[in-house]
Amino acid sequence: MSKVELNKETGPREVFCGLTSIVWLHRRMPDAFFLVVGSRTCAHLIQSAAGVMIFAEPRFGTAILEEKDLAGLADAHEELDRVVNDLISRRPEIKTLFLVGSCPSEVIKLDLATVADKLNKRFLGQVRFVNYSGSGIETTFTQGEDGALKALVPLMESTDDEKLLLVGTLANNVEDRFKKIFNQIGINNVESFPPRQSTELPKIGKNTKVLLTQPYLSDTIRDLKHRGCKIIYAPFPLGVEGSTKWFLAGADAFKINELKVHEVIAPLANRARQALEKHTEILRGKKLFLLPESQLEISLARFLHNECGMELIEVGTPYLNKDLMDEELNLLPDNTKIVEGQHVEKQLDRVRASSPDLVVCGMGLANPLEAEGISTKWSIEMVFSPIHGIDQAADLAGLFSRPLKRNQILTSKTLATH
Amino acid sequence: MELTLWTYEGPPHVGAMRVASSMKDIHYVLHAPQGDTYADLLFTMIERRGQRPPVTYTTFQARDLGGDTAELVKRNITEAVERFKPKTLLVGESCTAELIQDQPGALAKGMGFDIPIVNLELPAYSKKENWGASETFYQIIRTLLKDKVNQIDKINPQRWKSLGRRPKVNILGPTLLGFRCRDDVIEIQRILSEQGIDTNVVAPLGSSPKDIERLTDADINVCLYQEIAEISCEWLKRNCGMEYTTTIPIGIKNTINFIHEVHEKLDLPLTNKGELEHKSKLPWYSKSVDSNYLTGKRVFIFGDGTHAIAAAKIAKDELGFEVVGLGTYSREMARQVRSAAKDLNIEALITNSYLEVEDAMKKAAPELVLGTQMERHSAKRLGIPCSVISTPMHVQDVPARYSPQMGWEGANVIFDDWVHPLMMGLEEHLIDMFKHDFEFVDGHQSHLGHTATKVKDHINSKGKEGNKNKEVIMWTESGRAELTKVPFFVRGKVKTNTEKYAISKGIPEISDETLYDAKAFYS
Repeated sequence: MSKVELNKETGPREVFCGLTSIVWLHRRMPDAFFLVVGSRTCAHLIQSAAGVMIFAEPRFGTAILEEKDLAGLADAHEELDRVVNDLISRRPEIKTLFLVGSCPSEVIKLDLATVADKLNKRFLGQVRFVNYSGSGIETTFTQGEDGALKALVPLMESTDDEKLLLVGTLANNVEDRFKKIFNQIGINNVESFPPRQSTELPKIGKNTKVLLTQPYLSDTIRDLKHRGCKIIYAPFPLGVEGSTKWFLAGADAFKINELKVHEVIAPLANRARQALEKHTEILRGKKLFLLPESQLEISLARFLHNECGMELIEVGTPYLNKDLMDEELNLLPDNTKIVEGQHVEKQLDRVRASSPDLVVCGMGLANPLEAEGISTKWSIEMVFSPIHGIDQAADLAGLFSRPLKRNQILTSKTLATH
Repeated sequence: MELTLWTYEGPPHVGAMRVASSMKDIHYVLHAPQGDTYADLLFTMIERRGQRPPVTYTTFQARDLGGDTAELVKRNITEAVERFKPKTLLVGESCTAELIQDQPGALAKGMGFDIPIVNLELPAYSKKENWGASETFYQIIRTLLKDKVNQIDKINPQRWKSLGRRPKVNILGPTLLGFRCRDDVIEIQRILSEQGIDTNVVAPLGSSPKDIERLTDADINVCLYQEIAEISCEWLKRNCGMEYTTTIPIGIKNTINFIHEVHEKLDLPLTNKGELEHKSKLPWYSKSVDSNYLTGKRVFIFGDGTHAIAAAKIAKDELGFEVVGLGTYSREMARQVRSAAKDLNIEALITNSYLEVEDAMKKAAPELVLGTQMERHSAKRLGIPCSVISTPMHVQDVPARYSPQMGWEGANVIFDDWVHPLMMGLEEHLIDMFKHDFEFVDGHQSHLGHTATKVKDHINSKGKEGNKNKEVIMWTESGRAELTKVPFFVRGKVKTNTEKYAISKGIPEISDETLYDAKAFYS
């Protein structure tokens, strides 16, 4: 590990909870439905996080707990049965139904695993039920995906076939690119988890080599390891550097010569570096402050510093899994200040004191910071946009250069303020 | 348990946040897990506010539950008071905190602060956002005025005369995230000031605890949003005799009625009665020849109680529409909405389910939908133009321009907002005249480009549903061809009517002739 400066902070937080990951998971698996068992707040959260209803017919919903459900838990189970029946009859195309636990359902200890077991017996051959918790007392933002994937691992059949398994939700076009590049490198059996159809889960076993695409999947990785899969530790495929090292690590696990990888990747990397140039012109030397939200902060900081020349003031992360992040931390410049956890008020004090050129933060903080004259980039955009891989490096940089470019276009002169 | 895909209202503590964020010098400590902090983005993103809501969340986690969450609450209260130095502190809990029963309000009261503390008990599993806002506003007023109202005499609404000053009113009810509240307040203040009436306090929007303490300086209260302010107005009436207005000044007629009501309550003679009719462009625009096409347009209305009732009145009396559906998600206002529907000879739809609303919408086959962001989606799917008249709303419903719903300018805004999604009169005539020209292909739309259902899909989808029913209706080639010639915005209606006619006459196949027979039958 490089000599980064690790700090821990506790206090009031300002982050999304794990329920929010439903918003991209339901797009990845269109045959799945996510039923949150929670409160009106949960329902309101998801629709607000989904941009106040950009989807007319969502594949997620909430079974809202009411007073009578809290009175007796047995009733809550019956009620949930009724809601699920209604839902399945309304949406016969659903193949997998995720029962998603929330803060209130965790606190009243609603046993969703038992409910899922019962429902699995009743709907055998028609719908599969899995459960996980996306509650805000246990998970932050992207950790919900970890819970959802971990819940699917026991359903994956066993195989001894040698394969490369890419783990973590990717945009479809990115997934296709990754597969194509691995094929060119000489790895032909490449699969993705989660798959595009919830029913087409990849088979796994002792010859499965796992390459993570997202850094927030600690629990999923642990369970895959228990199933005999071999985990390949690598930096994450963000930017040219991260992606190259990621491909190299994958190839190495299949004993493919490094030269072969470079041969395939070099032209792509050259093209990407050229495309990056117009963004690095804007980003170079600019001061960056990352508030904790998506768990992608460390990888983003590495990309924005190493490839775009940004200066890192502080890199926040909701929590730090040192095993998974070791390779990333090694690539950061010495003395980078990493802050795990959050005291949002104190962090904002530090933001103001350090006068950054750009702050990466959650949506609730963005406009207030803009109003103080500080440019921002929303963390949530990183989980919705195709940012992975060499071909996307310039697009990724573009997400950060755009707010700065906007500042250049709209000055106090053009806006006619003082 | 209630299955919700989209919900019209948030939880009650979001209502409390709306009130707290609307005010100055106030801070709200909310005992809640970290996920609940999403609520900030309603204000910073949807309403584009440049400040964070004045809310400190305790953001307790699972590991805190084994320990002392009460200590965590106290620590957050202390930090918040030190950092933000509020003049009044609100303390409450969200749904999860309610379950762990730390009673943060009681804790705060025992901490020895010398500022008023409002303990908010908002039952999250039985109540919703508007109720939460209303209760919070009421508790703030009660806490800050309790001692004062015991000491003052009943307020005579005509006392301004003996005091030798202009009459003064409070405007109560506007909040952040209310539908166009920001502009409604400006419009109503302007109208009142034209009549020589001063505004004492506007609350909660823009007010401070100090302003709340001087509410009783006014002669009467204007209750602008019943959902938020009615309970408070009632309390002020009960405890200090303050009268309040009940007419909501949306639309010409109600704006005039509102002005009359204010004058009567204040015993102030109305001197410019004749002028009032000409203050808005709506009456003339509505009567102009280009608006002839609006006659009897079928309109479906759904929203919060205040806006839905007002919309029904305007639609019928001021635009000459036919109201074919009226409903609300505000259960607290179900009675008023039902009675408004009864006046229109229809049955009110009181529901929380946007799917039920969509079904009702489909059945009513309107030519225009006036609804919320949810109905905008449903209407889009059904190929019906839609205008948003109520929360819940989208960022585009918080426009940069001045666009009130109330008063004279509000009526102008309403005319434009409701009429533009429809095809304009001259445009509709032209399309009718030129519909046989080759440029006029099926699915031709106005420049506004709302998505119409293609006739093919329409026939197919209806066909599938039809198969499930006992009567299977076939459309012949000629019938189908004729149907495509009907402008898309009435096509659904024509199709339903023709099928209904065919079934009633026992005609198994619908040809072009059947279509015209049906047309003659219904006209």
